[in-house]
Amino acid sequence: MIKDATQAGQSADSPRSGQTAVAALRQVTKRFPGIVALDRVSLEFRPGEIHVLLGENGAGKSTLVSLLAGMQQPDEGEILIGGTPAVIDSPRRSMDFGIGAVFQRVLLVPSLTVIENLMLGGSWARALARGAALGRFHELSTLLGTRIDPNAPVSGLSLGEQQQVEIMRALWRDEKLLLLDEPTSMLTPQGVADLGRMMRRLRDNGVALILITHKLLEAHEFGDRISVLRLGSVAGEIDPLRLKTMNEAERTDTVIRMMFGVAGTDAAPDRNQSQELAILLGRKLHRANTVDRNEPAALSVRSMATAPDFAETPLHEVSFELWAGEILGIAGVDGNGQKHLAEVLAGQRPVRQGRIELAGSDITRGRVPERRQRGIRYVTDDRLGEGTVGTFSVATNLVLKEIGALPYWRHGISDWDLIHRDARERILRNDIRTPSELTPVGKLSGGNVQKVLLARELDAEANVAILNKPTYGLDLHNQRLALDRIVAAAARGVAVIVISTDLDELLEISDRIGVMFQGRLAGIVENSDGAGNRVRRLMTGAAAA
Amino acid sequence: MNALFTEPFLVSLLFGAVTAGLPLLLAGLGEQISEKAGVLNIGLEGMMLLGAYTGFLATYHTGSFWLGFLAGGAGGMGAALIVLFLCVRKGLNQIVIGIAITVGSQGLTSLLHFVQFSRSYPRLAAAPALALPVLRQIPVLGKGLFSHNPLVYLTLILVGALTWVFRSTYLGLSLEAAGNKPAALDAAGVDVVRTRSFAVLCTGFLAGLGGAYMANVGAGLFVPFITGGAGVIGIVLAMLARGRPLWVLIGAALFGASLAMTTALQVAGINVPTDVVQMLPFAVVMLVLIIFARNSMLPSALGTPYVRGER
Amino acid sequence: MRTQSPIGTGLTATLLRVLIPVALALAVGGLILLVLGKDPLGYYGYVLQRSLLRWGGAQETLTRMAPLLLIAAGLIVAFRAGIWNLGGDGQFLLAAVASAALAPALSGALPRGPTLAVCMIVASLVGALWSLIPALLKARYGVNEIITTLMMSFLGVSLANVLIKLVLRDPDTTVPQTRSLGVDDRLPRLFGTTVHCGLVLAVLAVILVHLMMTRTAFGLRLQILGANRAAAVHAGFRVERLTLVAFALSAGLIGLGGAVEVLGVWGTVRADWNPAFGLLVVPLVFLARFNGYAVIGFTLFFSALMVGGESAARRVGVPQHYVLVLVALLLLFLALVEFLDQSRRKTSTA
Repeated sequence: MIKDATQAGQSADSPRSGQTAVAALRQVTKRFPGIVALDRVSLEFRPGEIHVLLGENGAGKSTLVSLLAGMQQPDEGEILIGGTPAVIDSPRRSMDFGIGAVFQRVLLVPSLTVIENLMLGGSWARALARGAALGRFHELSTLLGTRIDPNAPVSGLSLGEQQQVEIMRALWRDEKLLLLDEPTSMLTPQGVADLGRMMRRLRDNGVALILITHKLLEAHEFGDRISVLRLGSVAGEIDPLRLKTMNEAERTDTVIRMMFGVAGTDAAPDRNQSQELAILLGRKLHRANTVDRNEPAALSVRSMATAPDFAETPLHEVSFELWAGEILGIAGVDGNGQKHLAEVLAGQRPVRQGRIELAGSDITRGRVPERRQRGIRYVTDDRLGEGTVGTFSVATNLVLKEIGALPYWRHGISDWDLIHRDARERILRNDIRTPSELTPVGKLSGGNVQKVLLARELDAEANVAILNKPTYGLDLHNQRLALDRIVAAAARGVAVIVISTDLDELLEISDRIGVMFQGRLAGIVENSDGAGNRVRRLMTGAAAA
Repeated sequence: MNALFTEPFLVSLLFGAVTAGLPLLLAGLGEQISEKAGVLNIGLEGMMLLGAYTGFLATYHTGSFWLGFLAGGAGGMGAALIVLFLCVRKGLNQIVIGIAITVGSQGLTSLLHFVQFSRSYPRLAAAPALALPVLRQIPVLGKGLFSHNPLVYLTLILVGALTWVFRSTYLGLSLEAAGNKPAALDAAGVDVVRTRSFAVLCTGFLAGLGGAYMANVGAGLFVPFITGGAGVIGIVLAMLARGRPLWVLIGAALFGASLAMTTALQVAGINVPTDVVQMLPFAVVMLVLIIFARNSMLPSALGTPYVRGER
Repeated sequence: MRTQSPIGTGLTATLLRVLIPVALALAVGGLILLVLGKDPLGYYGYVLQRSLLRWGGAQETLTRMAPLLLIAAGLIVAFRAGIWNLGGDGQFLLAAVASAALAPALSGALPRGPTLAVCMIVASLVGALWSLIPALLKARYGVNEIITTLMMSFLGVSLANVLIKLVLRDPDTTVPQTRSLGVDDRLPRLFGTTVHCGLVLAVLAVILVHLMMTRTAFGLRLQILGANRAAAVHAGFRVERLTLVAFALSAGLIGLGGAVEVLGVWGTVRADWNPAFGLLVVPLVFLARFNGYAVIGFTLFFSALMVGGESAARRVGVPQHYVLVLVALLLLFLALVEFLDQSRRKTSTA
């Protein structure tokens, strides 16, 4: 693996680094069955500095987080707190060492209030010290600049507010090191700006911050120091001094090279890498077909509304049309009705109001079996929760939605030989990495589970496909694969809807992009120049330009 | 109809309601603690039965009822240890283990009783009753409600104490977090397994105590299977009470009253078949469930073991 | 509990996973007996001899298997579908009472065959109907069926007693019971033994249920519903209907068990009679991991224990309820062995 040439000479104990680190990793290695998650990693985290850890999925960032948070222990190497080696064997110990962590998933108890969540962890024998807690709450609110009612039940807060509470919790005992794991995925652009402001305030107050992300823009925006992780090792580090002297293009170039290990400007990268680089540098994937809008629409949705549900935002008055071979991207911050949209089109959720027409015929009343029969396919974002049955074999999962139908079932009797034979063939054709067709799907890696879902849904009889966050949680290679399959399906004439929180991805493959905001379609934008900005504006709730 | 509201009938009903309802109350409160923390104790019946036997044995040999109660609690805790090690710490299926505990206790206590006493069923002396000073003078209520074994009054205090613990202590918060979002509790630095273990042991103690009361005070002897479904009713009470000890009290009182109804009616000279009266409480529960069907609110992590770091 | 076996388990491995808990349970159970001053080998020897080695005992054992197998079949259907049908006792008893009441009434008018057939069908329907309220509450509102089926069970047992004592009582007997069905009107015996043909029906039922679960679309849907309800919805199953059907099938089979026991063995239902098979069979079904053939094996084992154990009190000084201790130990060791097996497998696979 090729390291950045500038890394040589850049050591953790370099005299230029200044103050002593709050925490440091020295030659830390962590292994799991089959992979080495971290390989002799050395990093330092200094007070008054936002240290960005950049890397794509699978680079080892989450493992690093779990080590510092006390969820796992290193197999080799040591963790130093304030210069002394320390063993962090539980979350409590991590807190005692002054490390506060905010994880990707919100870890608040929904049935308790904000202040009760913050009070979690006190000694059992004592009664709740509400007064003291409220005092601390107000202190932190001032420091962070937040405005949340401490007695509000957590279930009523927005995701951004919940995250603010998490940050408070992480700083409750005056922690000196704040760890933020992919904090922006659920935030509006405004929320991201607020978070950035908060981070700077904390930094200026002397807190050491670790920001973990896979987004280059965030690294540029917030990082004082950037370390790039690749396949478990530190591929390179850019210290504050050097960062200040580079312009954006130089930074992007350096970082990309570190992330993907491209040797130097002269060596010609291989075809895959060059495609990946091209994507990152903003050029669109090649689309083979164009959409003929003169034909009648393949799918037509009019004034769709769904009933409210305590978990997700319902739809109001959603209308749009979709043509064969078209890719309609649906952008928007998570939780603005995307789930309902996907489910209502798939037939999993009943229509409260409105009409759905498929090639002219009214399919509003039907549920999943009828929709499927007409060629509507749904790749859910909840891959293991509802998309597959983890304890059942790959083969069974591949035919999950065809149970009872020919050719695998005749008069209700299963033909397991045929099911398994066909499964073996589909596994080969779709490059699904699995020991056999009988392996329980739960044992496959995320990327391969997604391949199963794509293989199952994007079949020959599909004419409309709805995909919800199809590349979420996948490494770059599998993301590419998924997008390729989607584009290929469109080329075959399938009308595709891709719901995603990754705007870059949507800009790359969509013909048009619709934006969901509070259960409404705030607008649909043609994917031409400036589409990105128009979409971003719609995401914040401004009316379509 | 006049016979219904005479003193003998009402006293019999009230007294019987308390005697029959107390074990249900104890079992229900115990189960509530476990369920709050996310552990489903199907083996509650078994814990009560073990407690009934150990309690009986202790009082039989020492003559002390308080020792009997303590021994009963200890017996229940013994069964709870199985849940602790197998379910909370190792993550085995809670329903299977629960059934094993119930069936096992039934078998074990029958076996032990047979070995000790063969086919005889020795009786204990009458359990001491504490008639509360002023309150005992009240007509009907005095004899019905305020002349019971001290454990009854202690349990009523317990209802209040638990309500306070659930709402106003760190322990209560921890229990709630353990049942609703254990990952949050873990991240806050509290040991989820320890919290649930503590809850389960409390349940065992209270259930065993309830069993001991049934044997020593309620019946005055031990017969195999003496608990006769009390544990099941305790589970139901806990599930319906939705985290509020007061509702367990109300439910236990109602159940106790319907169980005591047969004897009370006999005292009043009315002859209604036992079986019909016995159907009452269960019919009432079903009715409540049917009417309030849409609002089942059990802790979301109920029944799922917690493993740190597992997705 | 897993509903599908992983790949790579040979016959030996499976047998071991089953026999080790059995051996451990018998060993620990024996130890308990030893501690209490009883002779475990004497006990086991007596049980074996009484229940299997003597012809009379063997017939009793086989006869006892009939209701247990039918209940097991019913539980397999429910548990595989993720439905905790713990109301077996009520369903069993009410169905038994129904058939006990109907049979003497019909036996005058119809020949034996049709009488028995009608009674069995009615009994199954009664059992299924008794599960309707819990089924509806679960299917439509997601109400936890552990509570509802248990409550209905208590209700059912009491109702059965009320019916026997008040409505269906045979005026000629001292002990309250239904009108007796003559011996010649009961289920025919097999080949000159005292075992009635209900056993054949029961074995068939278990095998059919097994085949249904493993080889039909309906069975697969039930399994998926039990394994992952969200996936079942996602795949377009009519989940409400599946739940109702699974409940009805389960309770109907259990009801049939009640009918078979009455029509084959007793000919009547006495007041306060409750063999409480409903919960007893639950461990057997788990031990067999819902496999039909294994269920037959375990039921034979359990039947023998029960039959042998019933008279062991007098002969060997061990009360019949000791069998429950063995069952509990079996369950515990089964859970442990399976847990160890799973964690061993987790660390060995990359």
